[in-house]
Amino acid sequence: MPIDIDIAHVARLARLDLSPEEMEHYRTQLGVILEHAARVGQLDTTGIEPTAHPLGFTNAFRPDVTRPSLDRAEIRAQAPDSRDGYFVVPPALDSL
Amino acid sequence: MNGSDLTIAGAGLMLREGSLTAGELLEAVLERAAMTEAELHCYLTIDHEGSEEAAIAANARLESGRALGPLDGIPLAVKDNFCTRGLPTTCGSQILAGYRPPYDATVVHRLREAGAVIVGKTNLDEFAMGSSTENSAFGPTRNPWDSDRVPGGSSGGSAAAVAAGSALGAFGSDTGGSIRQPAALCGVVGFKPTYGLVSRYGLVAFASSLDQIGPFGRTVDDAVTLFEAVAGNDPLDATSYHGPVPVIRPTLDQGIDGVRVGLVKELDGEGYEPAVLTAISAMIDRLAGDGAQITEVSLPSFEVALSAYYLVAPAECSANLARFDGVRYGLRVSGATVEEMMARTRAEGFGPEVIRRILLGTYALSAGYYEAFYGQAQKVKTRIIDELAAAYRNVDVLISPTSPTTAFELGARTQNPLAMYLSDVCTIPANLSGHPAISVPVALDGSGLPIGLQVMAPALGEPMLFRVAKAVEERARFHARPALSEAPV
Repeated sequence: MPIDIDIAHVARLARLDLSPEEMEHYRTQLGVILEHAARVGQLDTTGIEPTAHPLGFTNAFRPDVTRPSLDRAEIRAQAPDSRDGYFVVPPALDSL
Repeated sequence: MNGSDLTIAGAGLMLREGSLTAGELLEAVLERAAMTEAELHCYLTIDHEGSEEAAIAANARLESGRALGPLDGIPLAVKDNFCTRGLPTTCGSQILAGYRPPYDATVVHRLREAGAVIVGKTNLDEFAMGSSTENSAFGPTRNPWDSDRVPGGSSGGSAAAVAAGSALGAFGSDTGGSIRQPAALCGVVGFKPTYGLVSRYGLVAFASSLDQIGPFGRTVDDAVTLFEAVAGNDPLDATSYHGPVPVIRPTLDQGIDGVRVGLVKELDGEGYEPAVLTAISAMIDRLAGDGAQITEVSLPSFEVALSAYYLVAPAECSANLARFDGVRYGLRVSGATVEEMMARTRAEGFGPEVIRRILLGTYALSAGYYEAFYGQAQKVKTRIIDELAAAYRNVDVLISPTSPTTAFELGARTQNPLAMYLSDVCTIPANLSGHPAISVPVALDGSGLPIGLQVMAPALGEPMLFRVAKAVEERARFHARPALSEAPV
């Protein structure tokens, strides 16, 4: 049976401004995909550890030395809006 | 023979002996692109200026006998999710339209250092999510063997360019089969290395526990050459492998006699086109006839590999693609608050498949569902790795089809995401296990469409993988090339 999901909540978490029609479309599709994906539950994994890195590596150390970074002006030039060395965005709070 | 149809090995020989210049070779490739691009659309950007400069520099080195190596002067293409300094890098998405990265990906840097001439950036499913290259925001790529059909994906532009002759070799990224499946559908060799052997610095991340960069070539030998040029530890990629790169050439031609080959029981039967299964079993018979020991291997967890993949990959993509928020680069759609700006930018900038996967991944990681979905999928990964380890105690390599079907028609699977996902059923296990795998073209089906055979090997098993791939290639004698339109479309 397709899995029913709270699509408005998920879209909000993912910061996606979807119309009601789009939400309904994705809700139906995701239900079908998740029904298939839920088959992972059929495999008995009692006592099995999850794998994050397929080859089992855990940490990668490097010498703690400074090196030149990318050019700041070149990076800022890619931004939709920047000023005085900062990225500019709309207010984070409604009341500002 | 037209220069654009040469192998890298063949062209390199002519360049070094002086019977061909890097400029002439580039010109042949650009002419081929001019002839085919209107129909095939392999490229999103062709770097005319940069490739010409690189060819001139290569000419100077070659003429003075100071060639840098086997790739000096060779025209190559890279997928448009590799960062290229100053050159547009879109990932096939409107959200990155116009973006020019301030640095080269390590792979691009190493190719330039090896003297390669980078022709341009190839088309892909948006952010490498797809199996047909139809999810590109800039229009699909078409299969050179039949332009009503898809080239596979997500690295469809790279595969099609190598098949069509608008590059001698190419690179792509493979998260669930995105190199091997298009290679199979386009009749070229495509190789996904062991996880970590090729640096991903500058590759726009999709699913970090699965993504790996690898080459497309017309021959197994060319794929080795391309892999050798880019493999090896990179301090800029903390996930890159620290040990030595496996040495492939000394054993490449040792043949198949005595090699233990496993046939994957679960990658057979229902859903597979008869022509595909016939081609694979014909090759197995030939390998057996020449001394390979063939056994059937059962890997029950492969049955749920696809399900695990469609939890792991979307979960990781939902995290990786959080960076596209209209703040630092790419598209911005205005909004009254920062959250509204971000949500509008992302809804407008991402295409449907990317939105679908972000939603799926966000759900699978959200409170209350994490253990049942992402957590369980990570345990399935462990089971797959354990089952493969047990299998590899008795066999040296595993063989299967690369794709259950040959190239399908444009539009055939776009309305049914699950049907599209099933295109990757043979290739996904090697991503979940981190193991190397390669697709080699072995035959054409009744409609003249290429069929690929997949060879898988354990982690760092590249020497045996390529040895078997070469043996398959020698027996397949697949020299067919697509019949391309004679005149510009």
